[in-house]
Amino acid sequence: MIADVGAQLGLAYAFVEREVALSKRYWAWEIVWLVYGIVTSLSVAYIALGAPGLSGGSGDPALVSRFVLYLLVGTITWRFLGLIFEQMGETIAWERWEGTIEYTFMAPVPRLTHLLGMCAATLVRAVGFSVAILAAVALFVPVDLSHANVASALVLLATGAVAFIGLAIGSSVFPLLWTEKGLQMAYIVQAVVLLVSGVYYETTILPGWMQALSFISPATYVIRGMRDALLDGADLAAVWPNLWPALLVGAVSIPLGLRAFLWAERYAKRTGRLKRSG
Amino acid sequence: MAVQIREGVRTEKKTAALAASGVCKAFRPARVTPGGTTVRAVDSVSLSVWRGEIYGLLGANGSGKSTLIRLFSTLLTPDAGTVRVFGLDIDRDELAVKRLINRVSVEASFFKKLSAMENLVYAGRLYGVAPEESRPKIVSILRRLGIEDARMTEPLEKLSRGMQQKVAIARAFLSTPMLLLLDEPTTGLDIRSKREVQTFVRDLRDEHDATILLTTHDLDEAARLADRIGILHQGRLVAEGTALELAARHGGGSLEDVFMTLTGRRLDDADASEPERPT
Ligand SMILES: Nc1ncnc2c1ncn2[C@@H]1O[C@H](COP(=O)(O)OP(=O)(O)O)[C@@H](O)[C@H]1O
Ligand SMILES: [Mg+2]
Repeated sequence: MIADVGAQLGLAYAFVEREVALSKRYWAWEIVWLVYGIVTSLSVAYIALGAPGLSGGSGDPALVSRFVLYLLVGTITWRFLGLIFEQMGETIAWERWEGTIEYTFMAPVPRLTHLLGMCAATLVRAVGFSVAILAAVALFVPVDLSHANVASALVLLATGAVAFIGLAIGSSVFPLLWTEKGLQMAYIVQAVVLLVSGVYYETTILPGWMQALSFISPATYVIRGMRDALLDGADLAAVWPNLWPALLVGAVSIPLGLRAFLWAERYAKRTGRLKRSG
Repeated sequence: MAVQIREGVRTEKKTAALAASGVCKAFRPARVTPGGTTVRAVDSVSLSVWRGEIYGLLGANGSGKSTLIRLFSTLLTPDAGTVRVFGLDIDRDELAVKRLINRVSVEASFFKKLSAMENLVYAGRLYGVAPEESRPKIVSILRRLGIEDARMTEPLEKLSRGMQQKVAIARAFLSTPMLLLLDEPTTGLDIRSKREVQTFVRDLRDEHDATILLTTHDLDEAARLADRIGILHQGRLVAEGTALELAARHGGGSLEDVFMTLTGRRLDDADASEPERPT
């Protein structure tokens, strides 16, 4: 039993090692994503610094610094969740592009182990990127974490990661079903989630039908909870109203995503959609 | 060394490395193509490959060779029929079967930016082979296939097609499969690489108790390597036997004539893509 768990971890590690090696070889692209992430977050922070001048407001420094943090929490949390969504979501699409997909599906690796390995690799990269972005942004704009409850924030982030992994596994299925347009569909889903999750604003300003989507997006709760924790020092009890919906999404989306993946794999093997050339 | 087995002798006490019975696979056309009809890629194929044997599947382009190989390697689910690998059902004992087999496809299929070493260490891990064990093995297989040490750490995309194909064969061999499925392993290689690969395939079987199912649309290759040959035509197995048996049964002459008699076309006609076969 223990030996078996060890063996599965060894198999899962193969994917981590592979993804790290790929990151190294595609280092120029990784730099692009990193710079892109830093610049996006930084320019969002500057919106807050510039807002008082635009609105002719007083520019109360406490309010400005609160707004800076408000936007930064949104943009960096979104980036973190987005990195998870993209990399996990490309589990199939990437390997299809490389041409290795049949070798991965032919290997004696249980699908659960395969996806677990991809999750681990994804988390390593998402955490690394997010920390780097935060550090880089803090060099340029004042980040006031004096009221922050970091523990609550980390719990929320971890929960959000789990929820997004489930959703990403679910959406990685698209390329298995539609070899041509599947990945594009996954990106559209992600874009809509950005719009409705209140990354840069309160969801209450959205039209009713968008708010309905906000209600089902786990990012809405994670970002709202992160703000409570980092701006107002909310403890776990105080963020609970935002924690449990994200937990619920995780608890539902992971088994559901896995089911969908296994079903799609069977479908692809029945219809010849895994790969067809040769 | 060649195990001569007469067709139809199933009562003999030989282990079937692969036993397929009544295997069918059809593909429905994508909805966008109007008037497309269902393609019967594999049509009621039954065949057995005995342990230690090299079985050559000969067929023109589009005759269903790759589809059959994919069905045998769990990448496609048959519409009908059963496939057993060393007695294990390919569907019910999928994971166990996967441990016993490996496959080489026509296109090399690697992470292009990773080196041969990185690709192979990764592939080894997927089969439970730790890097300490796989690294020396990789070096020795690749050397034997004529790849210099310096090339092993270069991104794979920098290697020639022939070298990539050798690396692909090394990858398959790394997991010491009981049953090796080679889908046109030498197609598109220059004559020298082709010979090297063919020699390696022979040696593999002789030295390692491997069973090999190989597809080809090269008559020479089939005759040179295979103990038994099956001819696939439009998804159906139209003949099976040793080269001699096939010739004897179908009016003598060369394998080429046999193929012509059975399928009504010359194999070369479909092989315009092969540069080194003058016609
Ligand atoms: N995944 C697939 N989807 C649809 N049609 C396919 C697929 N794979 C193969 N085919 C069709 O099945 C037939 C047999 O193809 P294949 O097995 O690749 O032949 P071969 O390997 O002998 O050239 C061809 O008509 C091919 O177009
Ligand atoms: Mg083929």
